[in-house]
Amino acid sequence: MGDDVVDASRDAQDQARDTFPRRLRGHGQARPGRPAFREKHLGIWQTWSWQQVNAEVRAIACGLASLGFKRGMNLAIVGDNRPSLYWAMLAAQSLGGVPVPLYQDAPAADMAYVLNDADIGFAVAEDQEQVDKLLELTESCPQLRHIVFEDERGMRHYRQAGLISLARLQDLGRVWDAANPGQFDAAVEAGSGSDAAIILYTSGTTGKPKGVVQSHRALLAAGMGGVGFDHLTDHEDILSYLPMAWVGDCLFSLAQALVAGFTVNCPESSDTVLTDLREIGPTYYFAPPRVFENMLTSVMIRMEDAGALKRRMFHHFMSVARRCGSAILDGKDVSTGDRLQYALGRVLVYGPLKNVLGLSRVRVAYTAGAAIGPDLFRFYRSIGVNLKQLYGSTETCAYVCLQPDGNIKFDSVGLPAPGVEVKLAANGEVLVKSPATMDGYFKRPDATAEVIDTEGYFHTGDAGMFDRDGHLKIIDRAADVGKMDCGAIFAPNYIENKLKFFPFIKEAVAFGNARKEVCAFINIDMEAVGNYAERRNVAYAGYTDLAGHALTYELVRECVEKVNADLAGEDGMAPTQIKRFLVLHKELDPDDDELTRTRKVRRKFIAEKYAVLIDALYTGKASQFISTQVKFEDGRIGTASADLRICEACAYPAMELAA
Amino acid sequence: MDMIQPAMNGSPARATGPVILDLSHISLAFGGVKALTDISFDVREHEIRAIIGPNGAGKSSMLNVINGVYRPQQGEIALRGQSRRNMDCHAAAKAGIARTFQNIALFKGMTVLDNIMTGRNLKMRSNFLLQALYWGPARKEEIAHREKAEAIIDFLEIQAIRKTPVGRLPYGLQKRVELGRALAAEPDILLLDEPMAGMNVEEKQDMCRFILDVNDQLGTTIVLIEHDMGVVMDISDRVVVLDYGRKIADGTPDEVRNNEEVIRAYLGAGH
Repeated sequence: MGDDVVDASRDAQDQARDTFPRRLRGHGQARPGRPAFREKHLGIWQTWSWQQVNAEVRAIACGLASLGFKRGMNLAIVGDNRPSLYWAMLAAQSLGGVPVPLYQDAPAADMAYVLNDADIGFAVAEDQEQVDKLLELTESCPQLRHIVFEDERGMRHYRQAGLISLARLQDLGRVWDAANPGQFDAAVEAGSGSDAAIILYTSGTTGKPKGVVQSHRALLAAGMGGVGFDHLTDHEDILSYLPMAWVGDCLFSLAQALVAGFTVNCPESSDTVLTDLREIGPTYYFAPPRVFENMLTSVMIRMEDAGALKRRMFHHFMSVARRCGSAILDGKDVSTGDRLQYALGRVLVYGPLKNVLGLSRVRVAYTAGAAIGPDLFRFYRSIGVNLKQLYGSTETCAYVCLQPDGNIKFDSVGLPAPGVEVKLAANGEVLVKSPATMDGYFKRPDATAEVIDTEGYFHTGDAGMFDRDGHLKIIDRAADVGKMDCGAIFAPNYIENKLKFFPFIKEAVAFGNARKEVCAFINIDMEAVGNYAERRNVAYAGYTDLAGHALTYELVRECVEKVNADLAGEDGMAPTQIKRFLVLHKELDPDDDELTRTRKVRRKFIAEKYAVLIDALYTGKASQFISTQVKFEDGRIGTASADLRICEACAYPAMELAA
Repeated sequence: MDMIQPAMNGSPARATGPVILDLSHISLAFGGVKALTDISFDVREHEIRAIIGPNGAGKSSMLNVINGVYRPQQGEIALRGQSRRNMDCHAAAKAGIARTFQNIALFKGMTVLDNIMTGRNLKMRSNFLLQALYWGPARKEEIAHREKAEAIIDFLEIQAIRKTPVGRLPYGLQKRVELGRALAAEPDILLLDEPMAGMNVEEKQDMCRFILDVNDQLGTTIVLIEHDMGVVMDISDRVVVLDYGRKIADGTPDEVRNNEEVIRAYLGAGH
């Protein structure tokens, strides 16, 4: 079981020299035959062992070197999760360069900023689509000289200088390697733990993206911490399907994989993730709450279509699971009767259900990135999926707090991770000091000084609090937390998350800072509300029509009022109950700049764009006409307009908290 | 760097080979109804050849003559210089002609993969019994064919629906699967009967791209019937226009677009 995983005897000098390329070489020697990467090709899973990966990375690195890629240069990586793109990252690191993964769905214009900021001269792209985007940018990014593409499909007629296929690059590399023996090994030897290992650009809820520079030492510290915490071995399987530019993927598919030496599986395409999940059956799984939510929604929708017997069986055993499932998972005392019932449920319902979802083999599953609904969280835990939350950010390698096995609280993000120091500032902001904190923002010492104080604490910008057992609870972004006229603390995210926990509500934006009362915009979930409407024989002509339907408003009002009842029961939250709301006529979309690429609400932008609607909410109008520009995925622009009805919700008196 | 557009417009610069299929003086009648009257045109290797015309012009009949479903009363068909009175379905298939249909003709209850595998039938050598037992040479053969089928699935980007029964798929995807089934026969000439009928704009764009990719990457000669004039003019090398069973024009898209008779046939006289 990975004896070199957490080798305490590793001396300090060795640690200072610990880098990803060295780790890769180590796995090539320690477990040459173990699977390192898998990818489906022509319907069959292909496996690369650690030994083979060493050879592939070496060929890519030498190829890049033959084109002039050197220590200190940055290599852009653009595409879906592909083994060869991970190899390209390792290849860049081997030469002392720094990989810069970009969000593959970003339009060309967004990429231009990063390419110029990071002074990118070399890029590795997945396919024609990404190459086209990069070629579009050759004027605005003249320094971009070499583009390597993995998939050769459709590339036959491209004649631009500097374009080269990955296979060809590797051929060049092998020739170069033979002509320059020892150069590659020397380059790997020259690397040190304090070198930059990766630059991740944060999507930035405000302003231009900033490049977060993480050193080998920081990333490996985060990787080792996580691997030790959950006792991960080289026999784990993970499915890597989240954007490579996101810190979570970097932590799981790169840092932890190279610490523990486990297997990274890449899906065949983004459409096949659910099938691939079922086929691979990962033992270690990471997904944002959205994914877990979609899974549950699809299960529930299909359950409603099932026969009466199956439905009754499902609901019966789900109530058993709700009663005792989490307790059994946590190893607490449960009566024998319940245990028997649960065992039967496992055979009839939970087992098959987990199998369908591809979660049968999961030992540890994590979610992060956004708050997860307690019901959703409980559902997975109750059917025996060890789902836990973690808390972190790009700047901290997504490694700040983890929920330990057997000590899970639904509303907290867990205890500070091993080696991490967490404290709260006077205003409630969470401050973090850990070996996994970034070196700084790329070429932005000013921005770095803003977030890392003189004592070395990173200011997360999140407002949080510790509960009695030392679990950290995140309430909102510190900057978003405001005060209402009556003096009550207004935490919009906290309210919005409560709303979003309803399957019918996809997105919500609450307003209330420096106001007398709280009002909200609601985005419905087309699938869930559409299904609800169909079941009631209500016809609708599309998103806008459905959003404005009386039935939808009634449904949303019920949700809002439940949230109000919830808020009324919480300490100090009663004044932040939602008085009025409206259902937006269009989905909030990153293409319209309303959400970030990681789908967080851009509060300020929305407040400006929909100022008319906010006015209407607060002046108590019955309805308001709005027409907005909509950008389609192919770049065309259209308009969506509607007369939006404003609806009142009933508020509850504040309840005295029982001591 | 100068930008070279990926072959998204049927640029006449594209190399087409010698004549692969030559139809001369084809006439076809059903009883007293003259479906085709004295039609001659040729198809060059690697080109995209479109047959257009108003409803009832005889386009599908023409395609059916090419792959041997109908036997013309007059005329000759020369395939790779070999002349014959008429085609025969099996001979056509063996000679490397595959087709898709105006109304989708797939096995609705079978999966996408199985449907595409049926397209490989002609290439299977082992006998039925061995195939049923999945034993010996049949097993090896099946694996080889499966690989070809998977390559097509990859080519058409339908991995996600590999195991989905065709009947459950939306229309646009079914059309794509049908193209896949035709491609499974590794044809030299592909006949497409209204490949884009009933599709929305996005599906049409996808289909266009796949047709161009097939033509470009697999080197397949394509004969297609299409109603959407925009599509035809964009992707074809040469267009033949039929009206009431007669050929009224033949040439590059530009020539055809400016042809008086074509304008009259499409817009009606008196405009």
